[in-house]
Amino acid sequence: MGSPRWYYQISGQWLPWIAIVTVSLLVVGSIWGLAIAPMDFRQGNSYRIIYIHVPSVFVAMSGYMVMAIAAAITLIWKMKLAEVVMKCCAPIGAGMTFIALLSGSLWGKPTWGTYWVWDARLTSVLILFFLYLGVIALYEAFEDNISASKACAILSLVGSVNIPIIHWSVEWWNSLHQPATLKLTEESTMHPDMLYPLLIMIAGLYCLFALLLLLHTRSEILVRERGTKWVKELIAAK
Amino acid sequence: MHPQRKQRLIVVLLIVFGTGIAVALASFALRENINLFYPPAEIAAGKAPVGKQIRAGGMVLVGSIKRDPNSLRVDFVVTDYDAKVPVVYTGILPDLFDEGQGVVASGKLDSNGIFQATEVLAKHDENYMPPEVQSALDAATKTAE
Repeated sequence: MGSPRWYYQISGQWLPWIAIVTVSLLVVGSIWGLAIAPMDFRQGNSYRIIYIHVPSVFVAMSGYMVMAIAAAITLIWKMKLAEVVMKCCAPIGAGMTFIALLSGSLWGKPTWGTYWVWDARLTSVLILFFLYLGVIALYEAFEDNISASKACAILSLVGSVNIPIIHWSVEWWNSLHQPATLKLTEESTMHPDMLYPLLIMIAGLYCLFALLLLLHTRSEILVRERGTKWVKELIAAK
Repeated sequence: MHPQRKQRLIVVLLIVFGTGIAVALASFALRENINLFYPPAEIAAGKAPVGKQIRAGGMVLVGSIKRDPNSLRVDFVVTDYDAKVPVVYTGILPDLFDEGQGVVASGKLDSNGIFQATEVLAKHDENYMPPEVQSALDAATKTAE
């Protein structure tokens, strides 16, 4: 268990199921959120950007946590699989953060009156984007996987400090960005008719993250294990 | 746990907590700069610099908006229910600008204590509901009154 070969086999079985769930959640969530959910009393239709903005930020932040945990496992237990997961999280997370920044900026113009402002929330998410890019660039800067993984693991851990900052930035400092709508301990400040499609979109984007991570880690494992017997047999069988 | 792994675990924890403390101290020291705007209470208390480009943020006082009929000049008062700061702005306001709503204005505080804004941004809250629900809520408040 935990070997790249075992992971490759078991993830292959999960793949079609996760793909089906992802597509259905995203289709249902998009149609419900964009066409069926009611308008907002102040923002009209522009609030519908929330159905892509909030899910992508959630996944961008959780993706970083996955990367940081994989980084800790890489450093402590020297587990090959964790190394692969850490490396593969970075581009997916960077993509999600980019979507979050772009959708937020497009939402800011009609509501706030500006695409960008240097408040604590927006700046800390921009730092998250640069951290992801930093991990990708740092990995590519090394010739061998072991040094690359070690350096990237340290950078990931250092950057993990940013995650609670993003979360609480709107409470610790004065910002233009509004506080959180979805709360874990209290009731959400969103009407249920608007909230359900949002929750579906969040679940859908989490599944999309899982799906992309599985696909990316599987191809990365094949590249790394290309010299082994099981990969050669796999290729011969195809 | 294997002693070598235990040692590596300690290193990992040191990295995370070390950077955590460093960042906490740095952001605490820079908190004045990280805050996007001064609330009216701080401006009234004289904590905001006069004649320097700053931002003021709070709620637009209900009944305080005065529009000049001949130009784009708007006068309004920003409050945090603690203190009030009069704001003067000439230009186009965002759609969500309204009485009783949040704003962040950037500009300069003049020597008379009037905030000369060069940009006004609307700050909306975290509440989302359909228009019917809002009108039902308004009707309910009116009957209660």
